Amino acid sequence: MQDLFETIIEGFQTLTLNKMRTGLAILGIVIGIGSVITLISLGQGSQQSIENQIQSLGSNLLTISPSRQNDRGIMGAQGGNTSLTLADAKAIEEKFSNTLVNKVSPEYSNRSQVVASRNNSNVSVIGVYPTYAEIRKVIMDKGVFISDRDVSSMTKVVVLGPTTATDLFGEISPIGKTIKIGNQTLKVIGVTVSKGGSGFNNPDDMIYVPLTTAQKQIFGRDNLTSIAVEAKTKEVMVQAQDEIGYLLLSQHKLNSPDEADFMIMSQNDLLNTVSQVTGTLTALLGGIAAISLLVGGIGIMNIMLVTVTERTREIGLRKALGAKKKTIITQFLIESILLTFIGGVIGMIFGITASFLISKVMNLAYVISLSSIILAIGVSSLIGIIFGLYPARKAANLQPIEALRYE
Amino acid sequence: MIKVSKLSKIYEIGEVETVALSDVSFEIKKGEFVAIMGPSGSGKSTLMHILGALDLPTKGDCILDGKSVLNLDEDQLADIRNRKIGFIFQSYNLLPRTTAMQNVMLPMSYAGIEKEKKQEIVRKYLEMVGLANRMDHTSNQLSGGQQQRVAIARSLVMNPAILLADEPTGNIASAQADEIMKIFEKLNNQGHTIIMITHEADIASHAKRIIHIRDGKVEKDEKN
Repeated sequence: MQDLFETIIEGFQTLTLNKMRTGLAILGIVIGIGSVITLISLGQGSQQSIENQIQSLGSNLLTISPSRQNDRGIMGAQGGNTSLTLADAKAIEEKFSNTLVNKVSPEYSNRSQVVASRNNSNVSVIGVYPTYAEIRKVIMDKGVFISDRDVSSMTKVVVLGPTTATDLFGEISPIGKTIKIGNQTLKVIGVTVSKGGSGFNNPDDMIYVPLTTAQKQIFGRDNLTSIAVEAKTKEVMVQAQDEIGYLLLSQHKLNSPDEADFMIMSQNDLLNTVSQVTGTLTALLGGIAAISLLVGGIGIMNIMLVTVTERTREIGLRKALGAKKKTIITQFLIESILLTFIGGVIGMIFGITASFLISKVMNLAYVISLSSIILAIGVSSLIGIIFGLYPARKAANLQPIEALRYE
Repeated sequence: MIKVSKLSKIYEIGEVETVALSDVSFEIKKGEFVAIMGPSGSGKSTLMHILGALDLPTKGDCILDGKSVLNLDEDQLADIRNRKIGFIFQSYNLLPRTTAMQNVMLPMSYAGIEKEKKQEIVRKYLEMVGLANRMDHTSNQLSGGQQQRVAIARSLVMNPAILLADEPTGNIASAQADEIMKIFEKLNNQGHTIIMITHEADIASHAKRIIHIRDGKVEKDEKN
């Protein structure tokens, strides 16, 4: 049996003889492996980014919101329920603040047109307690957040999200300026730091006012739209979710969980849902990329079949000089594995570079998992074996006389 | 050394049977230099394939260096070709774009001989055929005669019992052909058994015995 190392060197030399063909065969694998790595990396990167964003909205967070009302079988609109009140929030704080719960933040939010001298904008107005900033991790860029005094004396002050601040005041500092919501004039006391985000519930495009001001002076309502609760630890979240649920049921004089007019969402639920969705997305992207890898593999097989036909005389000679079947199979398999392995390594470098650049441009987290690298190398070598085996066997089964006569 | 008894080879192409060899018997002793002569289509190539363990007879037996080729599987035949037979082809059959050294090494690689030993043996035989200074030339950088000398060196490295040459000078200019024949005579004087297939009488005249084949049968077997 011929030395394996020598066979590899020999295979390498053979491949360098026809650089154009070798290059094209490798290119198929480069594109395949490269796109698998890039797309999986981007999928995982966006998953990471979304998870980070959710985490930045607060940790160990439970959000209680009103659910649809079931009034003797007549279903109300989702969230269109006014069942949640400040009394509920107070009850949660009183009962659990020493055991399960760190902080409670009662919130009333509604959209409204906001006017500042020449500009106006339609934004989310949230009435809050100071605990809001602590639970939701709101950090001040300029000025201060809503204080307990602002809440208790119903002050007409407002804190702006950075996007709203720019929309209303441009580059000028809005501190000390006034804005109008409806017929109320409020003084700007602070601007928050950007959290990054977009869409309907963009945390940067919000304004914060004292809860009392929002409820009584701006919107004239006394229910809450949500209560945010920060659990003491991650471990007690499930327990807190259950106990708060029972407390609220008794607060609302309801008998069974089926009648609940509220729902409690844990941040973990949200994270799990998002992970599941993005995980599916990543798998889908990887699957699409795998098709190009398959096409690359078929390209390798095609090239190897051409090579075997072209080198029929060489195979005949090798057999005449004493090469056994196994030797010929090894020789051609090594050539195809070399093709796919080199393609895999180049594709991996391309994939890592491309996903790095794209994640920078798209502002995503950059994730390259070791598993996807091992997978790329492993899969590319495996493709070499799978798609190289048939041509190699075809070569090994040639009859020496036929092969020697071949023109 | 070689004993061929009642050898027949029949090819079946569709319904048609072609008899390439029928009832051929002869014996070649160690150290002989035999030319097998015959016109094209006489069956001499088929005979050479069987003598070279490249093909099996339909009937009869062929004993190479004391071992019958019958009942051997492909890998065992490959082993016989590797260890007992040195092939020299009309069209040299060197690997293209591969150095003389690597070409000569090939049979030893299949036998699993280690690198240092291989290089030593290659050097010895390339010197013998007068190509010590062409060791690193690739086959397309060599003339026809030089390529055939590389092929001869390649046929010798495993120290085979039989050298089998199929029209060794068929593609070579006559001046260089003489050189090749001188090498054969020298090898024969050193004790190598040589079987040479040719259709040229003046080439066959270098041999000590000539077997004439016609229509798949031995027509004449004479001392030269």
